Amino acid sequence: MAQLTTTPLAHPVGHDAHNGHDPHLAHHFDTMEQQYRSNKTGMWVFLATEILMFGGLFCAYSVYRHNHPEVFAFAHEALDRKWGAINTIVLITSSLTMAWAVRAAQMNQRKLLSFLLALTILGGAGFMVIKSVEYKTKWEHHLFPGRLNVYNKEYKGEAKPYADLLALKNGDEEAAMGGDEVHEAPTAAAIAVPPEYVDPNAGGPDAAKIRANFAVVPGLSDKANEHLEEHLTLSSLNDLDRSRINAFFSVYFLMTGLHGIHVLIGMGLITWLFFRSLRNEFSSKYFAPVDLVGLYWHIVDVIWIFLFPLLYLIH
Amino acid sequence: MTAISTPLPHDLPHDGHGHGDNYLTHGKGLMSWLFTLDHKRIGLMYMTVVLGAFALGGAFAVALRTHLLWPHQDLTAQQAELYNNMFTLHGAVMVFMFIIPAIPAVLGNFILPLQLGAKDVAFPRLNLLSFHIYCIGGLFFVYVLLSGVVHAATGGQVTFPGGFGLDTGWTFYAPYSTSKASGSVTAAVLGAFMLGFSSILTGLNFIATIHSLRPKGMTWFRMPLLLWSLYATSIIQILATPVLAITLLLLVAERTLGIGIFDSSLGGDPVLMQHFFWFYSHPAVYIMILPAMGVISEIITAHSRKHIFGYTFVAMSSVGIAMLSFFVWGHHMFVSGQSPMAGAIFSLLTFLVALPSAVKVFNWLGTLYKGDIHLTTPMLYVLGFLLLFSIGGLTGLPLAAINVDVHLHDTYFVIAHFHYVAMGSMLFAFLGGMYHWWPKMFGKMYNDNAGRVAAVLIFIGFNLTFFPQFIAGTHGMPRRYASYPPEFQIYHVLSTFGAYTMTTGLVIVLLNWVHSLARGKKAPANPWGANTLEWHTSSPPPHDNFKVTPEVGDPYDMSGWVYDQATEGWVLSDEPRAATSHH
Repeated sequence: MAQLTTTPLAHPVGHDAHNGHDPHLAHHFDTMEQQYRSNKTGMWVFLATEILMFGGLFCAYSVYRHNHPEVFAFAHEALDRKWGAINTIVLITSSLTMAWAVRAAQMNQRKLLSFLLALTILGGAGFMVIKSVEYKTKWEHHLFPGRLNVYNKEYKGEAKPYADLLALKNGDEEAAMGGDEVHEAPTAAAIAVPPEYVDPNAGGPDAAKIRANFAVVPGLSDKANEHLEEHLTLSSLNDLDRSRINAFFSVYFLMTGLHGIHVLIGMGLITWLFFRSLRNEFSSKYFAPVDLVGLYWHIVDVIWIFLFPLLYLIH
Repeated sequence: MTAISTPLPHDLPHDGHGHGDNYLTHGKGLMSWLFTLDHKRIGLMYMTVVLGAFALGGAFAVALRTHLLWPHQDLTAQQAELYNNMFTLHGAVMVFMFIIPAIPAVLGNFILPLQLGAKDVAFPRLNLLSFHIYCIGGLFFVYVLLSGVVHAATGGQVTFPGGFGLDTGWTFYAPYSTSKASGSVTAAVLGAFMLGFSSILTGLNFIATIHSLRPKGMTWFRMPLLLWSLYATSIIQILATPVLAITLLLLVAERTLGIGIFDSSLGGDPVLMQHFFWFYSHPAVYIMILPAMGVISEIITAHSRKHIFGYTFVAMSSVGIAMLSFFVWGHHMFVSGQSPMAGAIFSLLTFLVALPSAVKVFNWLGTLYKGDIHLTTPMLYVLGFLLLFSIGGLTGLPLAAINVDVHLHDTYFVIAHFHYVAMGSMLFAFLGGMYHWWPKMFGKMYNDNAGRVAAVLIFIGFNLTFFPQFIAGTHGMPRRYASYPPEFQIYHVLSTFGAYTMTTGLVIVLLNWVHSLARGKKAPANPWGANTLEWHTSSPPPHDNFKVTPEVGDPYDMSGWVYDQATEGWVLSDEPRAATSHH
């Protein structure tokens, strides 16, 4: 009799047959450990796909920068290094609070866990706020991607291209927006490439010499060249490069935009964790979601750590 | 006794003892299918949609071949446009919706957990999500198709947002897809993006499943070879598809915002587009063929009743092919202005792919040697595969040689080569696999004679279609042309009649399957005497796959099975293993 009553339990294969298992254990896993291992593998594989996806953009960036070095040197002046640096610190700090949150979950420190998750969300929000402040500047100055960009030949708006993007960053609005003579896009004749100008990408025996200080435009006065060594202005670019300036902003918006979407997704996931942590769902026995979202958050952080110098710190 | 079973009534439906309950009857109604988390049902749902896509892509192909019966020296602009649409949709639908998902998503989904003795894949919800995303991706292509059909039917009066049809070729090269595009490229590109995403999720799922759900005793080198090849495939899906995803997103941004990454008139680099595209799409060729190779390994050993020859070599060559696949993409751009140095390196690396591929073929032949070969329908497809794959593989070598490729690039020789590999080999493996696992999937046997007739017809039809194209290609017939000089007509006529023959064979296959579902004899649990774990459970399997956790051993040691006349299947021998394995 006793033997017979146990028979149904000899086949604990039903979808609902938890039989006193941890409620978080899905039916097709034998142990929590196996489930955790599986989830972690899945997450790492997913992160690999993320890296490959951004890899395509980084590759496009390298090709573009290699083809148009002056364009990048000139156009990146529109980006605000100070805000970029602050954002890097904000994001790294949020990574710290996230890593700490995982630790707190493992140590059963439930209040601390909720607090750290809230801080991480705050970090993500801070990052996005600063990012939108930066985007706003670009918006105001019509520095959009592609054909909407003020430097694009197809641009149809009223704003006019700036000769000196550095002025935007320094808050020297007057210099950038002020007098018509600066404001006006220089005519092709006024900034025509001097005949002795050598294309730094052309190769040839003097290529290395020229490439070393490509900012020095032969034919300009010494004083003008001195100025160029500090930063480039529109007049120091040749015609072709001037028509490519919008490409930098395309790359900038695509990279930071895709990254921003990832930050938003991460914030959503951490918010979900936060509410679950308020319900005390995580413990030293079950912290996999915190761990996995943490991994995701770190990859978002790491991508920004590459984006910041590549976009903001060009020399 | 009845009183004893009542305390746990909720277990009964899963239990299946004496109820004949299986995954097909477990849960009724459309919703129990559309939102199931059962890998077997998801596999079957994939099967229906994938076969639908195959029929659609095939219809385009038959239309193309019919058009090419005549040289069309007086081609009109409309005819040319229609032709461009036809070959683009044929390629895009076949590649993204049939060839890539067919074996991993249909057979892989169904078989992989069974071969692991597991209850499901690691992430059942993700698996379902990947199917839904696949369907959404398919809807984008349906939109593209409708936009073209409606435009043509109304005489150009009605145009859907985004344009009509698609005439870029399946490769979406810039500037056909950017400044020179006329079709609804954005919709097609987003569709391909979704399909890629679905493919990534399947690959991710398989990797995690194989890593964490292998049963006790199944070490990496005791895994069935199908799992090795699905694992290698998944690695490629994971590492290559995201690059396609970002390429397609850039293409959308290029078209909507005019960002100028790929379009040279905006300062972009069209060859960069080709690099990105082939960085995915060349490995994708191995996404197509690697699962096929796994299927072949399974069928060939089961139907020649012999242990696989050179297990480790077959397994490792899958991994080798997967790794090499990432370093050969440049051979698509020998004439695109790639540097000669890059061309030479890519050429060399491409030749290297022949090594692991040949290792596989020789090991399959070694398995056949002195085997007890049963010329069942699946086995005929395997033999067909061996021939087609050899021809397809060997004709890849002249294309890998740069100077020969300059002559053959973009000719019918290339078309024939990749149809032999991607279509012939892959389709033969898919059909063979479907026939091999059909009894397991539906619990029904099929008419083997009809299956064999169809297999022979498809084999003849295939060769008749594509072999003349090799010759036409070497004589300079370029691909993608809607008209041609009359001296090429003989090749095109042969090719077209081959296509009709193949279609006839495929229709017989379909009728054979439908007949089996309606009238087929009940299938035994193990009709082939194979020893991989899926044959250790009933046909069709219960909802949870195994009533009793199967014992893991050498997947290709079939000595434990004896033929049982009563069920016309194979059953595990009750005698101790030592008594049966001495011969």
